[in-house]
Formats: sequence, structure tokens, C-alpha cells
Amino acid sequence: MFRKRPESARPTVPVSVEGRAVRVPEGASAAAAVLLAGFGSIRDTAVSGAPRAPYCLMGVCFDCLAEIDGEPNRQSCMVTVAPGMAIRRQRGKRAATVA
Amino acid sequence: MKSYDAIVIGGGLVGAAIAYGLARDGLKPALIDEGDVAFRASRGNFGLVWVQSKGIGAPHYQRWTRLSSEQWLRLAPELAARTGIDVGHERPGGLHLCLSEAEFAERRARMEQMRQEAGNFGFEYRMLDHDEAAAMLPGLGSAVVGASWTPYDGHANSLYLLHALHKGFVERGGTYLPNRMIDYAGVAPREFRLGSGADEVAAPKIVLAAGLGNAKLAPLFSLAAPVRPQRGQILVTERAGRLLERPTTTVRQTVEGGIMIGDSQEDVGFDTTQRPDVMQAIAERAVRSFPWLAGLQVVRAWAALRVMPPDGLPIYDESEKFPGAFTANCHSGVTLAAAHANAFAPMVAAGELAPEMAAFSARRFDVPQAA
Repeated sequence: MFRKRPESARPTVPVSVEGRAVRVPEGASAAAAVLLAGFGSIRDTAVSGAPRAPYCLMGVCFDCLAEIDGEPNRQSCMVTVAPGMAIRRQRGKRAATVA
Repeated sequence: MKSYDAIVIGGGLVGAAIAYGLARDGLKPALIDEGDVAFRASRGNFGLVWVQSKGIGAPHYQRWTRLSSEQWLRLAPELAARTGIDVGHERPGGLHLCLSEAEFAERRARMEQMRQEAGNFGFEYRMLDHDEAAAMLPGLGSAVVGASWTPYDGHANSLYLLHALHKGFVERGGTYLPNRMIDYAGVAPREFRLGSGADEVAAPKIVLAAGLGNAKLAPLFSLAAPVRPQRGQILVTERAGRLLERPTTTVRQTVEGGIMIGDSQEDVGFDTTQRPDVMQAIAERAVRSFPWLAGLQVVRAWAALRVMPPDGLPIYDESEKFPGAFTANCHSGVTLAAAHANAFAPMVAAGELAPEMAAFSARRFDVPQAA
């Protein structure tokens, strides 16, 4: 579904989405990595558990929430990829832990 | 011109609760609402159904609040049965956290005064030390000296509540008229006509529940509603697994998992802008109360305006000059929703306020200043 624009020849960085390796252009968002890796959804909602995918891609809708490098509920569209980044599915509510 | 059994002006929580109660009890009311541009306290509030500390020095307000807390146990399941909307009401008792010995001593005196003023009506409360409070609230910070607790406090999802009241109102045959301002009012005893744009509506009863708008509306009916805006700011965190089983005055976890953090009391007029210094103070106190909150992201924040009478107590009145015209004004639209639907609306339906409501009249502000 998603293809890179032909003039885009940026270097790529390796990341993983749910353990699946994918190379994405430098400067792209973690949400772009989710889509390039071919995932149809990246979170299950906190209340009903419905699957959701990156949608607005501009930090508003919160449907792209993912666990990134171990930190839950990140807005993946607002996070720039870095080499080795691990993006994982956000499964419902995060845990809150009492220190 | 369309005629109804009653007209309620104001589709926020106060007006919707009264209109719902009227429709449920068999009247054919109309509910006139401003629209999305309104200063809508109902959309900005904290969602507590709160009893402790309400009505110090004013036992009638304590009783009214307690009555509503009890009636909530009827209203919430009734709304769920009628509308299919679970408003998320819980009544597990609530705590007010004290972050210094001075706060604790002041709170203790306040709660004891509440108990004394309750008289034979009774007022159950306990002052908890840090360990007792920590047993009720996991992860309580060491800065918390203690807390006051009563079994009467609870909370609810106030947006679902507003939705359910509107839905229940319409399903019982109520007529909802949104996006309207009152252009003119024809006022006579038990004969009211309101013009709004091309519409004219009439009814023998009218209830002014327009929040801050009541200040201007009430004099048209020979009533007084000297309410002013008081700004409150709220922060909300990302949704997290359930940790807090009980609400506190300023921190509570919603059934959906978000943690709401309040609140402020600012007298700044009709200004709903947010202030970083206030938000910072709110967040700092919350993190001192629950240090683990620092690990959660704040995802939303807003400011809204309370509807504040001069002495903080609700104002309920029926016009002496124009019987059939009532006002309802308060800053506790969630807490008092059940009292409005189950006690106030039946009084309106019956055509007069019960004698115990006299203490809530705006006539209390008419006392001349002593020389």
C-alpha cells in the first residue's frame, strides 16, 4: 500500500516492529516504520481492546500508541526512528507501577 | 408557538438532570440549550460525587449533598437501564489528603465541625494517619501526613452522565432545542413565553439552569442568581491499569484508567486560558501525594469555569412575583445531579419548592450590612 516517493533516496536505519526487521528512511517516524513493516494495527485500545493503526500522523488522534524501546504509550507518529529501535504493540492500558 | 409542561433553560448537567427528572415523571418538557460555544462546566469538571467538606456552617447544604450521594445509588442504575449508558458511578468512600501537620489539624477541626452540625442526622468520618491512608491508596507519598475519610464520597464519568441524562430525557418524550439563545421572555405568573430566533415556546413552568448565564436571565423573572465564574484547571494522564480504588479530592483514577489531577480555584472572570504556573503547582502536589504519578505522561489538560454563588452554596428559588419560575445554580453539577433529578425536579413538577429549600434562596444575600 505504501511506496516511497521516487526522488527519496535517503539513507535508511534498521528498526524492528514486533520483532520484524525493517529499514526505514532516516528522519521518518516510528509510525512510518509500523506501516512500512506491513502491520495493519499497532495497538489494542485501553477500554474495548479494538485494534488501531496510525491514523492522523500528526500527534492528535493517539491511535498510533506503541511501546517504543520499552516505554509504553508513545505516540509513534511523533517519535523519530533511531538505529536499533524496538517498536512493540501497545496492548491496552499500560501498567502503572508503584515504586 | 409550541406549548410544553415546563421549559428548562440550560442543557448542562444541572438543566439536563432537572429536565430528565421532569420527563421521567411524566411531564412533557422542553430543554433549551445554547450549544458548543457555551461556557460548559459540565464538560470540564472533575467528576467527583463529593460529600465530605461540603456545607461547613450550612447543614442544609450538607444534607442536600448527602441526599444526592444516596440518590446517586438509584440514578446510576436507572440511567443504565433506560439508556444503556454506564456512567461509571462508584461510591467507595473518598479521602482528602493532608500534606502537613497544619493541614491535618485544620482538616480534623473541619470534619469535627461537620459532624457536630449534622446533629442527629449523623456524619461518619475518620481521620487516618499515613499508614492507614496508605493501606487504602497504594503508593501514597511520604509527604502525606494523613487524610480524612468518609464513606459518602464517590465519582463518575461526567461526560457519560451528561450523555445519559440527555438520552433519557429525549427517550421519555422531552424536546431538546439546541443552538438557541433567549431573545425575549414574556413573563406572567405560571405563563411564560420565550422567543428564540424564529421559535416561540410557552409553558406554565420554567427552570433557569443556564449556569453562568443565569446571572442575566434571572432578573427577567424577578429572581436573582448572582453567580460568578471561578476557573479550575485539570490535568489528565495516559490510561493505566487500575491502581487507585478510591477517589481523593484532587487525584482520582477513572474507570477507563486515566488519572485526573486537579484542581485550582482562580477568580479571573470569563477566561478559560490555561496557566503553566498553575498546572505546575497542581502537578507538584499530585506527585508529592503519589510519587509514581511522575512516571505517567500527561496527555490532556484544560481549564473550565465553575458556576460560583457568592458564598459557594447552591441557590434554588421560585419567583415570588412570577410563580412557576425557578432557578437552580451550583458548582456541583455532578454531585448534585441525583438531587436535581430525584428531588428538585419533583418539586418543580409539584409546583413549589419544599420548605427546607428556603435556606437556599438568593434572599440570603439581601441582608443589609450592619452599621
